[in-house]
Amino acid sequence: MDLSSINPILLLASLMVAATPILLAAIGELVAERAGVLNLGVEGMMITGAVVGFIVAVNTGSPWLGFAGAAVGGAALSLVFGVLTQYLLSNQVATGLALTLFGLGLSALLGQGYIGVKAPSFPDLDVPLLSDIPVIGPIVFRHDPMVYLGLFIVLGVWLFLNRSRAGLILRAVGENHDAAHALGYSVRRTRMLAIAFGGACAGLGGAYLSLVRVPQWTEGMTAGAGWIALAIVVFASWRPGRLVLGAYLFGGVTVLQLNLQAAGVAIPVEYLSMTPYLATIAVLVIMSAGRSPGSLGKIFHAAR
Amino acid sequence: MIALEKRPQPSRTWAWASPLLAVALTMVLSGLMFAALGKNPVEVIRTIFFDPVFSEFAWYYRPQILIKGAPLVLIAVGLSFGFRAGVWNIGAEGQYIMGAICGAGVALALYPMEARWLIFPLMVIAGALGGWAWAMIPGLLRVRFGTNEILVSLMLVYVAEQLLAAMALGAMRNPDGMGFPGSRNLAQYTSSANLDLIEGSGLHWGVVAALIAVIFAYVVLSRHLFGFHVRLAGQAPRAARFAGVSPARMILMCMGLSGALAGAAGLFEVAGPAGQISIDFNVGYGFTAIIVAFLGRLNPLGILAAGALMALTYIGGGIAQSSLGLPSAAISLLQGMLLFTLLAVDVLTHYRLRFRKRSLA
Repeated sequence: MDLSSINPILLLASLMVAATPILLAAIGELVAERAGVLNLGVEGMMITGAVVGFIVAVNTGSPWLGFAGAAVGGAALSLVFGVLTQYLLSNQVATGLALTLFGLGLSALLGQGYIGVKAPSFPDLDVPLLSDIPVIGPIVFRHDPMVYLGLFIVLGVWLFLNRSRAGLILRAVGENHDAAHALGYSVRRTRMLAIAFGGACAGLGGAYLSLVRVPQWTEGMTAGAGWIALAIVVFASWRPGRLVLGAYLFGGVTVLQLNLQAAGVAIPVEYLSMTPYLATIAVLVIMSAGRSPGSLGKIFHAAR
Repeated sequence: MIALEKRPQPSRTWAWASPLLAVALTMVLSGLMFAALGKNPVEVIRTIFFDPVFSEFAWYYRPQILIKGAPLVLIAVGLSFGFRAGVWNIGAEGQYIMGAICGAGVALALYPMEARWLIFPLMVIAGALGGWAWAMIPGLLRVRFGTNEILVSLMLVYVAEQLLAAMALGAMRNPDGMGFPGSRNLAQYTSSANLDLIEGSGLHWGVVAALIAVIFAYVVLSRHLFGFHVRLAGQAPRAARFAGVSPARMILMCMGLSGALAGAAGLFEVAGPAGQISIDFNVGYGFTAIIVAFLGRLNPLGILAAGALMALTYIGGGIAQSSLGLPSAAISLLQGMLLFTLLAVDVLTHYRLRFRKRSLA
């Protein structure tokens, strides 16, 4: 075992990359949950985004179009969930599970001809001047554009939820849908939009895995990332700022265990691979104090 | 404009009809998918749903229905209690793996002792206990810390999968296996083998256990106080609390029951059809069982029928894969579709459709 082979600067730099897919998926789910919708299909939307993004990027040669396609694919799949839960009033937990099972099957079917294909490369964005700062430069300012886009989306969501009228309506719908309905806000439309946003973000997160992080398509490649994103929303107490912290914490655990594997620690690989999941459970236990949106997961039916 | 009007009572007719309608709708939708894949939809659907039972080779496939259906039914019956009471154990796949590991552990520890009367029952107990213990983790965390049992039980699936790999490559690896991963073959060790009770029928102890579980669940749900409490906790949680039903006890009972049944299912599988602990031992029965539970309307007899149907899609899917070149992913897509259509048509059970002109609110 040689722990000195682990470079702390590289470790911190890859932490931001490891956290990005989870952060993207989690911020989308946060918006949906703030609107009162518990969508357990994040894993399914992520993997669909991963495969759609990969297919589009390989065929067009443009990673950017791939990301756009992934967002559209994730949003389209999430609308199936939206129609079922909002218009056909199905149970959100069961429908979300169905979405995950469906998405896993769909992605495997779509991705058949793409196993082993290489994704077009997605160059890093060296922020001028800032990336030359010693230590901090390589850690923070030498990543691909999606890392920063993810952070911008989080900032945008924070501004939207806390500083805009539309955000206030969305939170009202999530806290008490009957009251919001009585005030004349359209609960269904708000929720459908929130669900679609969640799906698009999950799709982006999935595409980040298949286009940047791995970058290849393999069946079931999300390996629970969507579920971890759901856990991080709970960890963050439904607040965007804490979400970043949660995602980076998780990214840190992932990167650290990968580095320990590479350094040849005397613990079998399988036990190291468990740690992200165990860390998620530990985090859920410690941080279960947050208060969830009042109407989270409840069925809304406007009785006349 | 079509409006939905809540029924005062769920419709009994639709409760029976909606799963059938869902199956029919799934056949139509999946037929479109098969056509898009360039296959003849009628031929594929006939291969999946009818050939395993009615074709000239059906004598070979019929036992398979029991073998594939038994773990699905066993797990789904356990899950149905929790789903009724609003306790969401979706980590049955992990409990299934842990049951297999614990049960196989007993057999491998006692190998090569010849005492079937002792070893096989011990394995069943260890398997059920393993699944029970794995399910108790999310149960206790929920009761003690209010942790979300959906997420914890699911995280534990990934942990169990890693543990399975560690066992297959490490502690449980067959010492006579020339370094290949995987344990000794339990189906070839007379004290542990879970073989057909009637040669060639597919009727192994897991099938017997599944049938007992169905009868037991039916009696408990319709005749026993616990079953009443489960239904009460799901339909009217506040009323249940006033009636003295402890939510914590309900969570632990439901998690424990589903975990133990999933663990037993894993043990019967590893000692029989699968034969050994290997990296790819689990094939998603724990997740498919969720579909089975809903398709069976959380009713034990319904689950029996739904389990048989789902087993059919596995076997028919296998046939379609080899004879028609249908991709295996198409079958998991079909299974997901089935749950979607079921949840969609279920609206008719609880709501009435009203056609009316749009009026000003």
